[in-house]
Amino acid sequence: MNVGAWEAMILVVRRELCLSFRRPDQLLQPLVFFLIVTTLFPLGINPQLSLLRDMAPGVLWVAALLSSLLSLDSLFKSDADDGTLEQLALCGQGLTVIVVAKTFAHWLVTGAALVLVSPIVGTALGIPVSAFATMMLSLALGSLTLSWLGAIGAALTVGLRRGNVLLSLIVLPLAMPLLIFGAGATDGAISGVSPVGALYFLAALCVFTCTLAPFAATVALRITLE
Amino acid sequence: MNSTGAELSVEGVHVWRGDRHVLKGVSVDLGARELLHVSGPNGTGKTTLLRVVCGLLRPEQGAVSWLGKSIASVRAEYQAALAYASHEPALKGDLTALENLRFAVGLKRRVSAADLRAGLERTGVAACADLPARVLSAGQRRRVAMARVLAMSAPLWLLDEPFTNLDDAGAGLVSGLLQDHVQQGGLALVVAHHDLKLDCKVRRLELTA
Repeated sequence: MNVGAWEAMILVVRRELCLSFRRPDQLLQPLVFFLIVTTLFPLGINPQLSLLRDMAPGVLWVAALLSSLLSLDSLFKSDADDGTLEQLALCGQGLTVIVVAKTFAHWLVTGAALVLVSPIVGTALGIPVSAFATMMLSLALGSLTLSWLGAIGAALTVGLRRGNVLLSLIVLPLAMPLLIFGAGATDGAISGVSPVGALYFLAALCVFTCTLAPFAATVALRITLE
Repeated sequence: MNSTGAELSVEGVHVWRGDRHVLKGVSVDLGARELLHVSGPNGTGKTTLLRVVCGLLRPEQGAVSWLGKSIASVRAEYQAALAYASHEPALKGDLTALENLRFAVGLKRRVSAADLRAGLERTGVAACADLPARVLSAGQRRRVAMARVLAMSAPLWLLDEPFTNLDDAGAGLVSGLLQDHVQQGGLALVVAHHDLKLDCKVRRLELTA
């Protein structure tokens, strides 16, 4: 009556979603942060539509990166603090399976949620509706990549009392290509240049990180568990 | 099973924590129907030994083997065969006792809610099954953690201070569960300050500073 890896992953994703929805305040915080930061920009600068439209992709992407980072800290830390991480590490499934499931679940409640509210932000920043599809696709790929990168950072900083700043310092430099190509794709879609090249690059980064990051994060977690 | 009949064997394990030499060549064998009671003053590495046996901590020197094979080489089977209870109850405060058990045990084996409820019933916390773990008392949490060990139906139990926070009835209950487990052919490694009064084969390992 052994449990297969897929079954285990589904169970862990369900566990994570269940935990997230028991704490709606923590679920909403990154989203509200994203909405507020992007709303501050038009207030702080000259709200000319042409100027706003030029800055919109960058603003959108920086805000998305920062708000995803907000919740990354707790990815493994809450489990490490109450001892459930040890139970997960000894469940017989291999820690990589757990890391993949937890990171994917984290993306569902942060990255995927950001993608869903991004049209509201896009409208506020004057991004034309015709560019929404590209914007959402690039955000989806970018936030998923960021979750994988973040898993490495979160695993490395899990043993630190206040690892949040260090986590940002580890993850943000690695996220620069995401910002460049993500904002580039959105910018292209706004100004009528084909965004396909940038999107392919984002997709490649996403595949690259999702194949390697789980193993890196597993090694980091194993070290912190010792 | 190897020639000595031991299923779990720990050979010459040395662990350093920074400059501190915590475990100085611990060797012990454990076979079916045996319970190993690890005792000793605070800070002598009882928990460290348990974590080494679990495979959470790799010793600098020495090896732990299960059924004659190093635990690192048979990690999946070994983990499927063990139930570990750390000194923390390892429960999620936002999940109910039953959900905690379902998510923890469900990764090891397919288990029905009825089985899990039966486990909670045996440890005397059936009434807490649908309460969030954060509202439970420390003793009740310990009982839920014990129900998790039961539900894993693993041959090897590794328990760190299972009597902490328990009332007399609870301590008696855990002793009874341990005795049943060992008499039914299981193995147990228990870290405890208490003297264990059990009607089964108990071996002692006293760690010293």
